[in-house]
Amino acid sequence: MTLTLRKKRILMVSGIVLGIGIAATLILTAFEKNLLYFYSPTQVRDGEAPQSRAFRVGGLVVDGSVQRDPESLRVSFDLTDTANTVSVQYDGILPDLFREGQGIVANGKLDDNGVFQAAQVLAKHDENYMPPEVADALNSANAAEMFKNSGHAGP
Amino acid sequence: MIAELGHVILILALAVAVVQTVFPLLGATQQRLQWMLLARSAARLQCALLLLSFLLLVSLFLNNDFSVAYVANNSNSKLPWFYKVSAVWGAHEGSLLLWTLILGIWSAAVSLFSRRLPLVFVARVLGVMGLVSVGFLLFMIFTSNPFDRMFPVPPDGADLNPLLQDPGLIFHPPLLYMGYVGFSVAFGFAIAALLGGQLDSTWARWSRPWTLMAWTFLTVGIALGSWWAYYELGWGGWWFWDPVENASFMPWLIGTALIHSLAATEKREVFKNWTLLLAICAFGLSLLGTFLVRSGVLTSVHAFATDPTRGVFILALLVFFIGGSLLLYAWRAPQTINAGKFDLLSRETFLLMNSVLMLVAMLTVLLGTLYPLFVEALGMGKLSVGPPYFNLVFIPVVLPVFLFLGIGIHTRWKKDDMRRLRNLLVPVLVSSLVLAVLITVALVDKEYVYTFTGIAAALWITLSTGLSLVQRYRHRASLVNAITTTPAGFYGMNLAHLGMAIAIVGVTATSLHDVDLHTRMGPGQHIDFAGYEFHLETLREVPGPNYRATEAVVRITRDGKPVTTLTSQKRIYEVRGMPMTEAGIDSGLTRDLYISLGEPVGEGDWSMRIYHKPFVNWIWLGALFMGVGGLLAAMDRRYRLKQPATTEDRLSALQSALARGKSV
Repeated sequence: MTLTLRKKRILMVSGIVLGIGIAATLILTAFEKNLLYFYSPTQVRDGEAPQSRAFRVGGLVVDGSVQRDPESLRVSFDLTDTANTVSVQYDGILPDLFREGQGIVANGKLDDNGVFQAAQVLAKHDENYMPPEVADALNSANAAEMFKNSGHAGP
Repeated sequence: MIAELGHVILILALAVAVVQTVFPLLGATQQRLQWMLLARSAARLQCALLLLSFLLLVSLFLNNDFSVAYVANNSNSKLPWFYKVSAVWGAHEGSLLLWTLILGIWSAAVSLFSRRLPLVFVARVLGVMGLVSVGFLLFMIFTSNPFDRMFPVPPDGADLNPLLQDPGLIFHPPLLYMGYVGFSVAFGFAIAALLGGQLDSTWARWSRPWTLMAWTFLTVGIALGSWWAYYELGWGGWWFWDPVENASFMPWLIGTALIHSLAATEKREVFKNWTLLLAICAFGLSLLGTFLVRSGVLTSVHAFATDPTRGVFILALLVFFIGGSLLLYAWRAPQTINAGKFDLLSRETFLLMNSVLMLVAMLTVLLGTLYPLFVEALGMGKLSVGPPYFNLVFIPVVLPVFLFLGIGIHTRWKKDDMRRLRNLLVPVLVSSLVLAVLITVALVDKEYVYTFTGIAAALWITLSTGLSLVQRYRHRASLVNAITTTPAGFYGMNLAHLGMAIAIVGVTATSLHDVDLHTRMGPGQHIDFAGYEFHLETLREVPGPNYRATEAVVRITRDGKPVTTLTSQKRIYEVRGMPMTEAGIDSGLTRDLYISLGEPVGEGDWSMRIYHKPFVNWIWLGALFMGVGGLLAAMDRRYRLKQPATTEDRLSALQSALARGKSV
């Protein structure tokens, strides 16, 4: 069977359509499952963050909040966007640039007590760097604070 | 003075680039010989100017001229001299200069090694490459001039980011850029073919060695970057599906499809339009990668929006080159259709299927990389796409590629016989599967299915490649004769495929079977892990040229017998006050032992990470095989064979005749 130009084109097009179809199915299933949304400490306190699903939370590490377990590598600390805080627990080695007052992002889930159990803690490799999510969270928290102080009750 | 001189030379280079674009392209259309002849000399002159400007920037770094902002922000008088040199491409402005210089080097190379090509064609290729250069020089001069002065002059520089103070980072960016920018040659060839309407097997033969060289550089460059991340970031990972990594991986996927599609176009005059499209995509993705890494859009869409000059400029370049070339493609490509015929069961079919799968794989990576940017730009919240997405989607798409690879290399062009193929390949398939089962059962105690899949894929490629060598030699009179008459391209192909198999083993073993331990230890303590004993001998202070470090000395034994002693450091770089981890690695063919010092956790104890990474070096070994394979294929004799006198020879003969006529 020698293929004519037309048949070959049909073959080519159907191959491409089939390939993209398979990929689209794979993507749609995998994509939704693996999207990690970001929430600020205020959003977490307001209950906007999911209870059973992993997400990211970011803020500044509250001064004096870092507590280490003397026996293991367990560590707990508070994250703030200056308006609200979230308690975070982590078991493992913190990144080089983790410090009190530093902006960091953590991946993980909320437990039943409302404590964020982090699977991963990220701090970027630059001492001036503020994770953009954290910067935004701080800005919006500040804006809300000013809004309240000026006498207008928020919705 | 040197900085101003460098700046002026950049502007001169821009002027030459304009000449290199305008005259050859117009000359090719209007058949003006003198204008076309300008292309080669302009390309060489531009390369020389860019090199000079680059060397001037190097000298500014070596002389600690902190009145130049770029030097002040990225160097320091205490920095060792070789890091001063590599600091030239350590940040935005300098890496753009390197990008443009490498474009100049590729253009000059085309001007030197294109004597067999028709002048009209060379003029168009160099004209297009000149246009790319114009874009980037404009970008550099208007938004990112590395020679800008700063006032007041700081007493010392802000230092190079400590992460970049590493030998791997001296070579990684230039190699990567050689690959990225190398696709501009394939791009130039594609555009020249569209403009001139010449798109035949000769065109593909001209294109192939250039594309292979670019692909080789990109392969080695990506592998070096992955190796650097492995030992320098202290996390023991070799690939993070980070947007910056994806930016280099996408052109590689398309480049791989392109070198295979070019082979089909050369041998059988098929897939011409597809090859053109891949060539445009490969370079388009290189530009997209440059945009993603250089515009600041990855750090934050908002940062990009508040200081949009650079980002918008690259975005405009991106739209111009990708949009323009795709428009040209839509307009001109249908005219060049002249497809050969092939059967459903033929090498063409397998090549086509694999290149489509590579494109799909690239699209999945593209989606995962760009989607978070779109969502954020539209104000729909912030999200990130985790590595599980990429693993889940990417692996099923590339698995059939490995299957088709093993079949494709044994399938004849145009038409093959199903029975012949079945007799040849079923034994190979069965033995790969059986061997894979045996190896899996013998060596691992978990992740059986995935381990089996990886090993089976690697064995299938290896055995199939081995069989193709046997087939080749069996049909020759003597072994010596067989080895010497086999073209380098054939060895290159098999070496690269073998490299793929080696890399699959490395990826499978490391991803599924590495074990890690986070622990706390004090001096004198030891811990048993992965069949080894790790003894923390001492913790000591070690001074460095521009940092101070705490060093852990760890003696490793196995059943009491000494294996090795590793050191890992936690460094504080003085200028930036930035901490960095230097991992200690005992590298081997079957496993790496990897320790990395964490932080003091009280009572003299430190936290420490210990990894056991089976076969991790096979990942980079495989990439090295692919690189050597690509190089061998690019140097195949037949790309250098003398061809009958070209148009250019005839043109220059005509030209000298004309000149003689005039002087008479």
